[in-house]
Amino acid sequence: MIKKILIANRGEIAARIIRTCKKLSIQTVAVYSEADQKAPFVEMADESFLLGPPRVNESYLNVDKIISIAKKTKVDAIHPGYGFLSENGQFVEKCDTAGIIFIGPKGDVMEKMGSKIEARNAMKAAGVPVVPGTDGVVASVDDALVIAQEIGYPIMLKASAGGGGIGMQVVQSDEELSKAFESNSKRAQSFFGDGSMFMEKKLENARHIEIQLLADKHGNAIHLFERDCSIQRRNQKVVEEAPSHFLSSETREKMGKAATDAVKAIGYTNAGTIEFLVDMDENFYFLEMNTRIQVEHPVTEEITGLDIVEEQINIANGRALTFKQDDLLIDGHSIEVRIYAEDPVTFFPSPGHITTFKAPSGENVRNELAVTSDFDVTPFYDPMIGKLIVKADTRDQAISAMKSALSEYQVDGIKTNIPMLREIMNMEAFTEARATTAFVNEHYLPMMKKKTN
Amino acid sequence: MEEVKASMAGSVWKITVAEGDKITEDQDVVILESMKMEIPIASESAGTVKEIKVAEGDFVNEGDTIAVIE
Repeated sequence: MIKKILIANRGEIAARIIRTCKKLSIQTVAVYSEADQKAPFVEMADESFLLGPPRVNESYLNVDKIISIAKKTKVDAIHPGYGFLSENGQFVEKCDTAGIIFIGPKGDVMEKMGSKIEARNAMKAAGVPVVPGTDGVVASVDDALVIAQEIGYPIMLKASAGGGGIGMQVVQSDEELSKAFESNSKRAQSFFGDGSMFMEKKLENARHIEIQLLADKHGNAIHLFERDCSIQRRNQKVVEEAPSHFLSSETREKMGKAATDAVKAIGYTNAGTIEFLVDMDENFYFLEMNTRIQVEHPVTEEITGLDIVEEQINIANGRALTFKQDDLLIDGHSIEVRIYAEDPVTFFPSPGHITTFKAPSGENVRNELAVTSDFDVTPFYDPMIGKLIVKADTRDQAISAMKSALSEYQVDGIKTNIPMLREIMNMEAFTEARATTAFVNEHYLPMMKKKTN
Repeated sequence: MEEVKASMAGSVWKITVAEGDKITEDQDVVILESMKMEIPIASESAGTVKEIKVAEGDFVNEGDTIAVIE
């Protein structure tokens, strides 16, 4: 029985995990960097320990320090949140060796799904459709050109070791491919020390729709429906909603079944998400799997009434799921927006001092916050400073609720994307549920350009 | 003479050219890092790197001059 948990994370997700622990009367230990000494999550935990300087290698990625604090405080388990060590197989091994429960899947399953290429092959073997592309690294420009003939343009070129959009580029012709292959490979080499590239068909007019899964250690796996996260900038999500207004119930069922079959086939346990691209004809293709809790999990909690962090702890405790697929129903509609400390048009980060911070309140409004008034947003971590979630009976009502909540939101001292979020809530492509992953580039940015000219 | 300026606040993560290097238009001069985002800063003109005004690890503000190209 887990009675005490160390949270190996920071910001809003650390606070979120602590909240569920309190509800379950589980003791909490927070770890923090010098940059986060004044953060709300540090206050909330029963005990807090300084990890080290702000840089992640010396703090939130410092495995040995985290394990030693976990041992010293005699915790039963570690919750990794998202990012940082949440998808690090070696960390899972170290937890196992130390006799501490890692709240997540087994290390080997995690490693397998963490490799873009291995994950593709595992999904194919489980009978899940994958985005047409290479099943291995592309060795040279010449090979790339041959593969391009087979797949057909447009093609998404991706760095194997990539992240955050680095080394990613869409190409439309042989000429563009030759140029982009060299430069992206070089860039990936200088960024990640690994210049290997692979290629995927760029699906046009596709939506990013993902399935939330729960799998226990008794062989039961269920899905908690989907989230539509098509609105992204720099390949990072900005607006997420559940359910998707676009999916037919038939496709929803098919995607749910494909995802649950896949996690059973790979022996996956705990909460996880399988991301798909869905085209206009509702064909869906595996994109990647996240073997952890996701940023946008609240919208699923809102429409199912479940607490996903609580379910993660139950599964880690070895309990069987207490409900079956048929027990779950979609109740209403939920939308989440991510509040980023950044310029609303260039999307460049805006670290600095928040003088006033006022989040909206009200029925059906949920805030997940990493900051307060009179607070320094440092340049060391992700620009997300909070999330705003609303829930209503219908999608239209949820959009109205989001609009009114955003109108109350006040952040002074730094730039945020709140102006962008307010615009999106009024844009027809969004309100009519026509947004694909091209929304920001094709709708939002051109509109902003027009406004400033 | 062109001054390459920082387009955001962050730290200098990598300097990808050396003083005296011949560079092409749109070639990355430094890579800035802020909030987990690496942003390459490129020179707008071709030329020779006359001076690099920052060191790896330095913190720069938006608008600071990073390098001079001539």
